[in-house]
Amino acid sequence: MNINFDNDKPIFQQIAEGIEDAVITGAFQEESQIPSITEISVQYKINPATALKGINILVDENVVYKKRGVGMFVAKGAREKLRQKRRNAFFKSYIETMLAEADRLGFTRDEIIAMLKEDDEK
Amino acid sequence: MSCIEVQNITKCYKGTKALEDVSLRFDEGKIYGLLGRNGAGKSTLLKIISNRIFADSGCAFLDGKRITGNDKALGRIFLMNESNLYPQKMKVKNAFKLTKSFYPDFDQKYAEKLSELFGLDVRKKIRALSTGYGSIFKVIIALSVNTPFVFLDEPVLGLDANHRDLFYKTLIEKYAADPFCCVVSTHIIEEVSSVIEDVVIIEKGKVIKNQSRDSLLETGYTVSGAASAIDSFAADKNVIGFDSIGGLKTVYISGKLNRSEIPPELEVSAMDLQKLFVKLTSGYGEEEK
Repeated sequence: MNINFDNDKPIFQQIAEGIEDAVITGAFQEESQIPSITEISVQYKINPATALKGINILVDENVVYKKRGVGMFVAKGAREKLRQKRRNAFFKSYIETMLAEADRLGFTRDEIIAMLKEDDEK
Repeated sequence: MSCIEVQNITKCYKGTKALEDVSLRFDEGKIYGLLGRNGAGKSTLLKIISNRIFADSGCAFLDGKRITGNDKALGRIFLMNESNLYPQKMKVKNAFKLTKSFYPDFDQKYAEKLSELFGLDVRKKIRALSTGYGSIFKVIIALSVNTPFVFLDEPVLGLDANHRDLFYKTLIEKYAADPFCCVVSTHIIEEVSSVIEDVVIIEKGKVIKNQSRDSLLETGYTVSGAASAIDSFAADKNVIGFDSIGGLKTVYISGKLNRSEIPPELEVSAMDLQKLFVKLTSGYGEEEK
């Protein structure tokens, strides 16, 4: 799990997304244990309440579950669930941003499509 | 849950008001950032709460009882600041022993472990410590003292990047294992921002912000772009500050962000604590001079 903090999002959200990334890439396998709140807090020098807030997002989404006295684990089916969630957000988080930049630079839609096809042929 | 309450404290030094009618509260089990510019009154406030100096008026209470002259309450508060209360000729390890006699919960073994971690030679005399190690010595005592309230006034003064990193990690580790109230006053806001839960900002002896870090950061955002576009966008906004370079301008806006009203040619970014602090405490007018 690797998080490069930027200032554009609250830290708790970045923690949640960092863990999500690790689940999607398979670095954290389903049914395997993830780092504890203390480990995350110390590693990233963040307040444990912030780390907890991030983890709780994942618990609420049933991506992570807590085993009392043992720790936190990646839920079964979490990877597919996250992939679906990211796919749904893909248009907003990537395409729209790309088109906004393309508009600033004066690319037409056809030029963008041509670029995508070119990349595909590589 | 234990808490320290400060009520209407005022303190003057030779006619200059260092603190003016300050009221706030520190709860057990939370890490606070006490931020303010040089001379804002941070150190004065911490010294008054821990009875090193006295307020002209107003009071500090621990769980409803006045702290002034109350040894039981004072035994639950530890202040680390610029002053060194140990004899200069004393060796570090003996200073640890001495601390134990004042604070029975002081963990000598832990202090020795931290000394090893930070590379502090406990056989050295206090006066032989460099600036950095002088700070480290005091920080180690503060982290080992185990009082429910620990005030750290400029704890990272003179510490290099590695030691600052180690300090924050140790603080969090200690706090995560057994939460206590820790008030950190520092100039290095960027580093402490993620560590703290609540922020208190003091400006010219008055508390101007006192809330959770997250809620404070949500109250503002920054927008940058061409100066003319920025000016028309920001005309009806509550602007707390701006930077401009050439035809480019960045405005710092206080208020809720509504992304849909941001024109596509402008770029939005979140407020960070350092920026917000600088803008809140330098004043909008000064830059126009």
